[in-house]
Amino acid sequence: MSESNAPAISSPVEYIQHHLQNATLDGERPASLVDFSVFFIDTFLVSLILALLFGFVAWKVGKNIDPDKPTGMQNVLEAVVEFVNQQVKDIFPAADKWVGPLAITIFVWVLLMNAMDFLPVDLIPSLVAGVASIFGADPHHVYTKVVPTTNLDTTFALALLVFGLIIFYNIKNKGLVGYIKVFLFHPFGKWLMPVNIIMTTIEEVAKPISLGLRLFGNMFAGELLFLLIALLAFSVWAMPAQIALGTLWGIFHMLVVPLQAFIFMLLTIVYLGLASQGEDEH
Amino acid sequence: MNVTATLIGQLIVFSILIWFVKAVLWEPIINTLEDRKKRIADGLAASEKGLKDQEVAKELAKQEIKKAKEDAAEIIAQAKARDGQMLEEAKNKAVEEAERVMAGAQAEIDQEVNRAKDSLRTQVSELAVVGASKILGKEIDANAHKAALKELIEQI
Repeated sequence: MSESNAPAISSPVEYIQHHLQNATLDGERPASLVDFSVFFIDTFLVSLILALLFGFVAWKVGKNIDPDKPTGMQNVLEAVVEFVNQQVKDIFPAADKWVGPLAITIFVWVLLMNAMDFLPVDLIPSLVAGVASIFGADPHHVYTKVVPTTNLDTTFALALLVFGLIIFYNIKNKGLVGYIKVFLFHPFGKWLMPVNIIMTTIEEVAKPISLGLRLFGNMFAGELLFLLIALLAFSVWAMPAQIALGTLWGIFHMLVVPLQAFIFMLLTIVYLGLASQGEDEH
Repeated sequence: MNVTATLIGQLIVFSILIWFVKAVLWEPIINTLEDRKKRIADGLAASEKGLKDQEVAKELAKQEIKKAKEDAAEIIAQAKARDGQMLEEAKNKAVEEAERVMAGAQAEIDQEVNRAKDSLRTQVSELAVVGASKILGKEIDANAHKAALKELIEQI
């Protein structure tokens, strides 16, 4: 299976490393953990296509909305909107009009990006490699990493926007002075001010980092397991095990994919709700 | 496992997607749902009211029917009473009429008898005068014996 799909990749380590490489715009590898000179085109394109897909379906449904006889996709999206709206109402009753759209966008987009994990691990990479080799590229050096949420860029883009909104909502509801006071006097009162500053800063910064890393970690681990299971196909005798394990992990992953999308959405609402509390409620 | 410029691209896509979803999906659907909720509540309230109205109308109809039945019974009773009364009246009238007719007839008969009696008396007196004059052979002046004749007539 994999042998034919990924020709000339002989060793398991190479196979996995190859699958964990992103396609970059200019073929350069990132030199360090944070390297803004590199652009992962595969991650960006897949997430963009999924965003366009969601946007198109949303536009189509929103345009042809039928209040009396909801059918098909409208039913699905109505259910999703109602579900998200209920979460927002329960957790963050004083939410403004942007929290709902933010939450549903996170939920659906992350769900779609996570769901890319269900595609066979070699399907898109070999397709891309095949197409690239037609144009004369060496398929060895054509990399594709399909699931956007197995990439720190995507998860931290989401987390950073949420972080920005947390700060915005804090300042909007407590005022700049009120927000600074939270750093100074929380959680131990005014006598331990330096400790307070460190504690609150860690608390605040931990929010986006935990958001981003949780999603990334879950999806990366899931993808890695799919890759390891796919490795079993190197031997014909291991095929039954590959099928059994792949099915099991796929079923388990069907739980993980929506769960991670839901958790990201839920924590976003929780954090924004906390940020919108008045000064005294802290 | 790196943070790269892709992050900025993703941020832009994410922001635009939020705005777009809010405009084309979230707001129309929330409005539709609110609208539908309101319409369902209105419909339920209307049906509740309709049921209540129906209940009231039923009660009213029941009362109306009961009243009509009572009226009908009363009318029938009255008619029956009137019927008996009329029959009685007619009977009485008939009896009265019969009596009246009979009384008239009796009176007429009596009158006729009296008249016959009178004429008979007159004829008898005349015959008596004629007979007496024949017996005596002379004319008897009726006026002279008026008193005697009268007495005779009275006796007949």
